[in-house]
Amino acid sequence: MMDRSLTRRLTAGLVPAVPYLWLGLLFLVPFLIVLKISLSDPAVAQPPYKPVFEWSDISGFLGGLDLENFTLLVEDDLYFRATLSSVRIAAVSTLLLLIVGFPIAYGMARAPERYRSLLVAAIILPFWTSFLIRIYAWVAILKPEGLLTQALMGIGLISEPLDILNTETAVYIGIVYAYLPFMVLPLYATLEKMDDTLLEAALDLGSTPWRSFWTITVPLAMPGIIAGSLLCFIPAVGEFVIPDLLGGSETLMIGRQLWSEFFSNRDWPLASAVAILLLIVLVVPIVIYRDVEARRVEARP
Amino acid sequence: MNRRLSVFNVTSLVIGFAFLYLPILLLVIYSFNASRLVTVWGGFSTQWYGALFRNEALIDAAWVTLRIALLSATLATILGTLAALALTRYGRFPGRTLFTGMVYAPMVMPEVITGLSLLLFFVAVDFDRGFWTITLAHTTLTMCFVTVVVQSRLMTFDRSLEEAAMDLGAPPLRTFFSVTLPLIAPSIVAGFLLAFTLSMDDLVIASFNAGPGATTLPIKIYSAVRLGLSPEVNAASAILIGIVTLGVISATLLSKRSVLRSRRNAH
Repeated sequence: MMDRSLTRRLTAGLVPAVPYLWLGLLFLVPFLIVLKISLSDPAVAQPPYKPVFEWSDISGFLGGLDLENFTLLVEDDLYFRATLSSVRIAAVSTLLLLIVGFPIAYGMARAPERYRSLLVAAIILPFWTSFLIRIYAWVAILKPEGLLTQALMGIGLISEPLDILNTETAVYIGIVYAYLPFMVLPLYATLEKMDDTLLEAALDLGSTPWRSFWTITVPLAMPGIIAGSLLCFIPAVGEFVIPDLLGGSETLMIGRQLWSEFFSNRDWPLASAVAILLLIVLVVPIVIYRDVEARRVEARP
Repeated sequence: MNRRLSVFNVTSLVIGFAFLYLPILLLVIYSFNASRLVTVWGGFSTQWYGALFRNEALIDAAWVTLRIALLSATLATILGTLAALALTRYGRFPGRTLFTGMVYAPMVMPEVITGLSLLLFFVAVDFDRGFWTITLAHTTLTMCFVTVVVQSRLMTFDRSLEEAAMDLGAPPLRTFFSVTLPLIAPSIVAGFLLAFTLSMDDLVIASFNAGPGATTLPIKIYSAVRLGLSPEVNAASAILIGIVTLGVISATLLSKRSVLRSRRNAH
């Protein structure tokens, strides 16, 4: 009997143990390796770095620790500017996403109930089609002789071709376009639950619609605003595909810098150091996001 | 509840959905363009679809992508369901905080970091890059999405059904397979589809972990796109969009039918 309950407990223990070990091995350990390699020197070899650390030689490792790559990151202001510009581009995009996403989510929440699930499905559908393809679609629209220019010239709104592709504006358009579902869905989830009688009461008491929007709707939608903003801001900071295809050579972003250190310059230690830098920038928003998300999932009735 | 759509609401919905769908629509329309210049209309033609099916490298890449997506989504579904059970049915086991951290972080982590760190791991353990490294990398990323989808279902369903089965003497494993699993099955399917799509779609993580002999479709499309617009890419995209649209519509219809059936049974 005791034997059996032991077996049972061991089998039951496998449920958390298997995914735990998987994530530990393929998520946590790789991070430690990035950290380790970011401290080592580049080398012309395969793999192209010189390890500072053999498992057998702990004391040698501690002595040979090398912050050279990080010194380089601090000295060369390219990385500093790339970090700053990534955070700026991500922040502006998140704000634009809020401005674009809020009216859509609000409209969805006020639509007759029988249409709502259809609207939600319609918001999600583009997300199921390839991200790369959706960004590629904008290249044809934004390029100098592209479809946007053709359309605007056709209706006589502009006389000169627009030159949007390969500018920061194109990156904003791309991020807003690609991330819109991630902003709209959390906003919709909170707006849908909102009690309309509050707004009616405010209007009855003489509040203007504008004022009731800021004093009632926005505070009640705050969980959705926070979740949506973090869900867009964090990946936008590290975005690679959008600045690469739409941003041209002048758009500095750190995800792109990491990519080129790795693929073009083949400097793996420096690429790892850039990854650590990116992670340091994002650690606070990621922790906040995790708490918000865990609380949301667990608080659901 | 008495909700009414104002003119403003309707306008923002119309503009919002036009913004979401017009670029995709234009892409599909221009895949039937006879001209090699993608943005200049030169008459209707299906020649690029023909060219696509003669492009063996692209078709090979599509097969590799499909196989990776099927395998990694299957693994991710199993691991993600176990993780969701661990988070909802195991209370406060040791290391739970670290565990939730590891589940939520990969979903928002920039892909360049995930891709780079997994690659460096595979190099460190001397694992040849190719089909298997991409599969393992995708499994790790997508299992977290499966976890969240299944977890939210486990949170909401009626626990008393499980308790009743246990009270009647069903062992835990039996309870799981005959009570819990059927109840969470829709969310497991949804998680699988999500994992499958994410894997099919991924460029960044696959680029870091790809090796000789294993090139995925997004990697191929990306290198074609970097050289400029190409009508063949438009055609490939239109096919992918068509498959996804059909898949989503049939999944919606299927789930609607099963909802109707269960409603009927309830009466």
